[in-house]
Amino acid sequence: MQLDTLYTVNTPEGIALTLTPAGFVPRFMAWFIDLLIRFSVGIVLITILGILGYLGDGLILIFLFLLEWWYPVWFEWRHQGQTPGKRLLELYTVQRDGSPVTFAASLLRNLIRFVDFMPFFYGFGVISLLFTRHFQRLGDLAADTLVVYKPHLNAHRALPAVEPLPLPQPLLIQEQQTLLQFAERSRTLTPARADELAQITAETLTQGQPASLTLQRYAVWIAGQHMLSPQQVASS
Amino acid sequence: MKQVQFIEHYQTIWSQLQAWLDYLALPRRKRHTQTAPTGQFAELYRQTCHHLALAQARHYSPHLLERLNHLVVAGHQQFYREREPIGSRVWSFLALEFPAQVRAQWRVLSLSAAVFYGSMLLFIFLTQWQPDLVYSVLDPMQIAEMESMYDPQLHDRLGREREADSDFYMFGHYIRNNTSIGFQTFTSGLLFGIGTLFILLFNGIVLGSVAGHLTYIGYNDPFWGFVVGHSAFELTAIVLSGAAGFKLTQALIFPGRKTRLYALRTNGRIAIQLMYGAALLFLMAAFVEAFWSSRVQTPLNVKYAIGGLFWLLVMAWLGWAGRKHTAQQVDV
Repeated sequence: MQLDTLYTVNTPEGIALTLTPAGFVPRFMAWFIDLLIRFSVGIVLITILGILGYLGDGLILIFLFLLEWWYPVWFEWRHQGQTPGKRLLELYTVQRDGSPVTFAASLLRNLIRFVDFMPFFYGFGVISLLFTRHFQRLGDLAADTLVVYKPHLNAHRALPAVEPLPLPQPLLIQEQQTLLQFAERSRTLTPARADELAQITAETLTQGQPASLTLQRYAVWIAGQHMLSPQQVASS
Repeated sequence: MKQVQFIEHYQTIWSQLQAWLDYLALPRRKRHTQTAPTGQFAELYRQTCHHLALAQARHYSPHLLERLNHLVVAGHQQFYREREPIGSRVWSFLALEFPAQVRAQWRVLSLSAAVFYGSMLLFIFLTQWQPDLVYSVLDPMQIAEMESMYDPQLHDRLGREREADSDFYMFGHYIRNNTSIGFQTFTSGLLFGIGTLFILLFNGIVLGSVAGHLTYIGYNDPFWGFVVGHSAFELTAIVLSGAAGFKLTQALIFPGRKTRLYALRTNGRIAIQLMYGAALLFLMAAFVEAFWSSRVQTPLNVKYAIGGLFWLLVMAWLGWAGRKHTAQQVDV
């Protein structure tokens, strides 16, 4: 069974992209921020335009209509799938094929919000969100859209700058990957924990040398100096 | 090629692509003030896609894969953006695709029209035969309000008399109120059609009772003179919203040889097209209702003539526009 929620799209360029769908809590927060924004804009409009009498009241009604129904559509369409709330939580809306959300899809998913909201406070929406694989509410299902996390890179996850050290014995691709992952993660670990993890390989790899540093040096060597061909792996 | 060499070799391409992505993410106004980054966006994007595929095949480190994946996802977003100028799209949609689509969806359209007009006409006739029926539909307060609004004695001129700024207030009111109801009629088609059916019947019955009652007590001219102007746009918009709602229902109840989800996506695309037209008609209706229908100086026969003309125009648009254009088969 697959435990992570990653979603893979095969693009026309023949590559597999991975997207991370967002779950209930971040989406609720984004929605709530948008609600606050819409609410405050509404209050400001009512106070300012209220002075203008009937003309102002007419304008207020038009703006309230735009805020109610068109606010999310406008932002998703013009601002790369992000309403202000989604921008703050680093989420955005995409089509299920990874392409930007279209105007039609955005309108459809936001109109269906009315049904998602039923029978009480997003009842159907939340049920649908919890029971679909990629956290889609009814509007998302009909419009074929997903709400995903905006990718954001961990700069500290680069390989450490240490002297490369040749591997003492050939390793499988998966084993080399494990070493690379360990080296990339090691800055996020305390030295004691890194050493403790590295000790697991003590018998076969480090053989008495300082464990975590040695593994990092192997990793740098794998990344830069040496990569086994499939034939070599097969023969080892 | 080893990972470190790979990165060294292609680093410049990735940073150029990143520069392009930052540039394209800017709003159009700000974009003009800056110079475009070096290189061609499409070429850089294609090369980076290739690098990602290579890196995946060669099992480079997860960090590098992640970095390339992020670049390509962002590039994908920019590359597959709709770039067609919106003006010409809107025109060809309204003149060709929309009327063709409406005719292609005649089944749901007839159902929606039958429910809405049927209930309305039924109550217009029933209130002539059983005048007290109106009191079981509306409460006496609302009826009194209606009566005073269209009382020929209260206003020596026909219709409602209003100042220009209150015209604008009513414009806002009609846009917000009527369009919201239209949107709700559409979207509640997802509740297996019950929501759409309810809103159509409810509005049909209320409108029919009011029209029937005011006709029965002889307030014909103020009432019909007021509503005839915008009726073509408003009633058609309601019927279109209902048809769009039933299109969603159809996907849930009669998905045919598709899965329900697939049918919902396909029908959703058709339904949203119908809603574009409905939204436009609601806007027209609000405009006519606020600024034309409420004009009290206009002679009654002019009002009826203009109302009839609007009906002809709407029917001609939906019936004949884009005859040679077949409705597109929407596929997901």
